[in-house]
Amino acid sequence: MSPVKQPLPEVTEIPKVIRPYGDQTGDGMVQVSFTLPMPGGKRAEGAALQLAGKMGIEPAIVVHSKPIGDGFTFFVVYGSVKHLVEPGLVEVVEREFPLLSGKEINTAIKRHLRRKLVVVGACIGTDAHTVGIDAILNIKGFAGEKGLEYHREIKVVNLGAQVLVPDLVERARAEKADAVLVSQVVTQRDAHIHNTTAMSAAFREAFPAGKVPHLVVGGPRFEEGSAGSLGVDRIFGRGTTPGEVASYLVHALVAPRATAHQTKGA
Amino acid sequence: MSSRTKPLLELDKADVRRARSLARKVGKPVVDIASRHTTVSVERATLRLAGLAGADHDRVPWVNHLVDAVRETSGLEHGVALPVWDALRRGVAPDLLTLAQKSSSRSVDFRIPGGKDATAAAKQARTTVAAGIRSIDKQRAQRDRLIKRHGDPKQRPWIYLIVATGDIYEDIPQAQAAAREGADVIAVIRSTGQSLLDYVPEGATREGYAGTYATQENFRLMRAALDETSKELGRYIRLTNYASGLCMPEIATLAGLERLDMMLNDSMYGILFRDINPIRTFVDQRFSRQIHARAGIIINTGEDNYLTTSDAVEAAHTVTVSQLLNEYFAKEAGLEDWQLGLGHAFEINPDLQDSFRMELAHALLARTLFPDAPLKWMPPTKHMTGDVFRGNLLDGFFNLVGTLTGQGILLVGMMTEAVVTPWISDRDIALQNVRYVLNAAGGLTEDFHPPRDGFIQTRARHVLGEAIDLLEEIAAEPGKAPLLEAIADGTFGEMKRPATAGKGLDGVVERADGFVNPAIDLLETGATR
Repeated sequence: MSPVKQPLPEVTEIPKVIRPYGDQTGDGMVQVSFTLPMPGGKRAEGAALQLAGKMGIEPAIVVHSKPIGDGFTFFVVYGSVKHLVEPGLVEVVEREFPLLSGKEINTAIKRHLRRKLVVVGACIGTDAHTVGIDAILNIKGFAGEKGLEYHREIKVVNLGAQVLVPDLVERARAEKADAVLVSQVVTQRDAHIHNTTAMSAAFREAFPAGKVPHLVVGGPRFEEGSAGSLGVDRIFGRGTTPGEVASYLVHALVAPRATAHQTKGA
Repeated sequence: MSSRTKPLLELDKADVRRARSLARKVGKPVVDIASRHTTVSVERATLRLAGLAGADHDRVPWVNHLVDAVRETSGLEHGVALPVWDALRRGVAPDLLTLAQKSSSRSVDFRIPGGKDATAAAKQARTTVAAGIRSIDKQRAQRDRLIKRHGDPKQRPWIYLIVATGDIYEDIPQAQAAAREGADVIAVIRSTGQSLLDYVPEGATREGYAGTYATQENFRLMRAALDETSKELGRYIRLTNYASGLCMPEIATLAGLERLDMMLNDSMYGILFRDINPIRTFVDQRFSRQIHARAGIIINTGEDNYLTTSDAVEAAHTVTVSQLLNEYFAKEAGLEDWQLGLGHAFEINPDLQDSFRMELAHALLARTLFPDAPLKWMPPTKHMTGDVFRGNLLDGFFNLVGTLTGQGILLVGMMTEAVVTPWISDRDIALQNVRYVLNAAGGLTEDFHPPRDGFIQTRARHVLGEAIDLLEEIAAEPGKAPLLEAIADGTFGEMKRPATAGKGLDGVVERADGFVNPAIDLLETGATR
């Protein structure tokens, strides 16, 4: 930790190596909290320090320890982590489509598709939480952006929660859906994975090859890059806004040289 | 339940009366429709009161078999009681269980008896069902005894905590631990799929998604465990579950039989958020509320849900409208003020200027409109972002509103809302937050008097005005039941739910002349035999 004065780096330049920042460059300070299944006391604090050490936090200080319940102790630990971070080695999945304004979205659909873009949305399986699909589809929207319904050139059919896969397929067919949006918010034991693969398989079975609607799933628990293995065209994660989804749909389905069957994940 | 004597908000008494009379005007036609119908679940609940329990090897409950068989042969228009007890009188089977077993292979021909046969069948049905009602009465008396012995929580609001592991044998130790850490009310969240099951699962269950199935055996196991913990702690720990979805009447019945203390039970939640048919919902709900009234169960309504889909400032008045409707439907079904845990929530965007003052105004409005109801105060969820530090602060302010405005039941907010299902440490931190606020500011109600025509009083009056406008708009809808029209138009939660669609519609049956349901008779008259 030599406090050598360095010129401020260019904004675009990625530093080779950095460490976490507490109040001095390079101090490596982090804060973690966790619970160990043992009663409080000297041994418990030692165990917490042992864990911190194994996590690369050294020296570490237990700043707070509190017995909770029967035989559990909660810790807050501060310390300097010895690991180095190399931002240059981080792989970033860049957005593969441009973000469009509401007007640009309508114009693109009108000009290139010459009809309304039809989107059918639903929560499938036992998941009853429509917050995700509603945020994307309903006029109300999310994060200050209006939902897909708001766009004059997009026809939205929101089927709500606990929709059965055969019903979803049937409705997508009846509405001649260009895209099907499925949300999975609350999930346990990988239900979101099972539901999604069952859904994509049902669509591929029900539609002739090349005619399957564009399949999009969203939810906080999906892994970026797993679209291919789930049999869907695109995955959206936590914090996705309606504008991003609309822009993506235009990119995938409407743009002059639309590649309707992009299976490249994300 | 409110300890205050003078209300902190000066609302125009004429406005308050007007709001209530509009709620009655809008609700009454729906009650009339409910009274002209029955549902498969109401009839199954009646059989459960008569003591029919258990399921076949495919886990299909016997009550489902029997109601389905009656429906296929003699129809449900007269209720199950007449055809079922007529068959027993004719000696088709020696008892209900055997009759249900026989009927499952469709080898029983049910008929609607007439004359003396009908009178005798109705009488026997009533005797049997009355025994079930008396079991509910006994459980209520037992609760009163236990509360007397162990005592109520020392503080208000009561602290309400959720467990939801999916496995009843994991839930039990977690619930007991939560009670030891300070929870007064334990809610066992149901498995997400259950509201749309048209049967109640059987037995102790260990598999559920994001919650544990509501079954009679799970109710019994948890209540027994909490009875032990109540004894240990010298404080009666209340147990909560959900009377909602397609089996609302049966779940309510099982709750009464197994001495649950509170039940989630909203008049419109199933319609709006689960797309259950409106008529099915109102019929089922009326029966379930009659049971809750009899069982001394406190209902919790679900107004917080409106605020998760709509904006909490713009839609504040829809909460008030729903509370007024819930109050009307509840009282019509026989519930008393102390049983009305009307819901509302702390869901205003914290980035808004004066968000906390508005929260105070809305919470005080509910408190003032329903002075004797133990209001249920729900924590922030919509604006919990994953920034757990900010979340903990928000929960603190939520707790402050709760204690400052004299809420009856406080659902403990978790700073890890929207991140993980609560960890043991999250729960501990959340309870520490509640204890700190109640301890540090519990007496502040005494000092807190928002000035006349100040921000809070003005905001509360404004919301009440908007609620009255909306009720007037609903009352002006065409047709015999304006509320159903309003629900079909998408007035609530921006969802359109016509009375002719939705799940469970095929389980709704119009009553014929000579319809008999001894449970409804006993519940409406208060008779015990």
